[in-house]
Amino acid sequence: MNFENRDIISIHDFSKQELLYILKISKLMEKNPNPNLLNNKILATLFFEPSTRTRLSFLSAMEQLGGKVMGFATAGMTSIKKGETLWDTIKMAQAYADAIVIRHPLEGSARLAAEASSKPIINAGDGANQHPTQTLLDLYTIQKVKGKLDNLHIGMLGDLKYGRTVHSLTTALSHFNPKFYFIAPQALQMPQTYLDELKEKKIKFFTTANLMKVSKKLDILYVTRIQKERFADPVEYEKYKGVYKLDTKLLPHIKKDLKIMHPLPRVDEIDKSLDDTQHAVYFEQAANGIHVRKALLSLVLGRIK
Amino acid sequence: MKKELSISAIKDGTVIDHIPSNATLKVADILDLKGIRGIISIATNLTSKTMGKKGLVKISGKDLTKEEVDKIALIAPNATVNIINNYNVKKKIKVTIPLVINKIIKCSNPNCIINNEEISTKFYVLNKDPLKVKCHYCERNMDKEDISLL
Ligand SMILES: Nc1ncnc2c1ncn2[C@@H]1O[C@H](COP(=O)(O)OP(=O)(O)OP(=O)(O)O)[C@@H](O)[C@H]1O
Ligand SMILES: [Mg+2]
Ligand SMILES: [Zn+2]
Repeated sequence: MNFENRDIISIHDFSKQELLYILKISKLMEKNPNPNLLNNKILATLFFEPSTRTRLSFLSAMEQLGGKVMGFATAGMTSIKKGETLWDTIKMAQAYADAIVIRHPLEGSARLAAEASSKPIINAGDGANQHPTQTLLDLYTIQKVKGKLDNLHIGMLGDLKYGRTVHSLTTALSHFNPKFYFIAPQALQMPQTYLDELKEKKIKFFTTANLMKVSKKLDILYVTRIQKERFADPVEYEKYKGVYKLDTKLLPHIKKDLKIMHPLPRVDEIDKSLDDTQHAVYFEQAANGIHVRKALLSLVLGRIK
Repeated sequence: MKKELSISAIKDGTVIDHIPSNATLKVADILDLKGIRGIISIATNLTSKTMGKKGLVKISGKDLTKEEVDKIALIAPNATVNIINNYNVKKKIKVTIPLVINKIIKCSNPNCIINNEEISTKFYVLNKDPLKVKCHYCERNMDKEDISLL
């Protein structure tokens, strides 16, 4: 499989075989240090929106492989404020770098960037649309902690309506014959389009507001934050913000090998008391980001074929 | 000769036939008719054997572009475009909704990059009837109610 020059824009662009291949390379990256693999390669990071973890993770991945990073962290530091189009910004950046990582508040921005650039573009989040490296690290984590991806019972909990990580992960896992349990208050449930897609693919799912109803069945529980910024009405937010607070009271109601994931940052949906249990894998999950990003960088830069 | 023909026979031009009556004005509206010097006739609520009521748009001295034909397909999926040459129907085109719709529709997502940058829109047709499309950029699905023409 050759990924040289390929753009990483949306999880929809990848077949099951391609996803598995990326995960396989990520595992190699975790095992071997490869300090010179990306010698003489330059990555531009264009973050038009703040992000700490994702940006640092790319930075670290690139530097651990011997590559260099240039870029800017916020839109304020660039000519965007002077009204330069994204198209022109990318045309300029591609002249200096071998690959570009972009995060931008508008949906579709990464796809547009890929059209403007002859160098590979990696989407690090385009508004509410896609964040494929997050999805890949989620998959990698599930594969690692469960030893497989197939036939798992996956619970998704929290803001399923607006949570892009949940949407992309659902799409990606659909290749692996899962059964989904969507746990959210009615107003924050999984959008109908996604449920329709699952029906079309004949994938089983169950929706409920009550975690206890399904907790015993789950192999994975993917928890997301109720995002304040998504609510136009602060009263609405107050209504939902504390609905799920997982703590040790959950333990008698779950399988011994249930793994709890979270894309972080968390607010109060997972209590610290769960951190030291064998169920918590969210910090490991975040750490896995670096292996996946190393794999993607090496693949699109043509140093691994 | 049919009565409607006697009103508006044209020598060279285009006749768009089999438009649902209520979409006739919309079809005329999306065509670029500025600068047409010949007669333009728009008729609606005509009796049709196959459709009950139908509309017609006849334009002398105009050929339609591919984009105009695609736009018509979105509003009037069963329309026929007749190319008239020396008073005769030279060619008949059944409009079809293309698999990829370039330029002619708008993305309903205000947060989509195409509503913020000077680029052409592009949509993938997921379903033709009822029409359902997906934006190439923001990946949002739009149903018939959300679709508006540029
Ligand atoms: N010279 C003309 N000027 C104006 N309108 C014309 C002319 N010739 C044909 N038309 C119109 O174009 C349409 C198609 O003409 P045609 O003779 O093919 O009719 P038809 O056999 O009923 O076609 P269809 O099977 O598409 O309904 C009709 O609505 C007809 O009135
Ligand atoms: Mg007829
Ligand atoms: Zn769009």
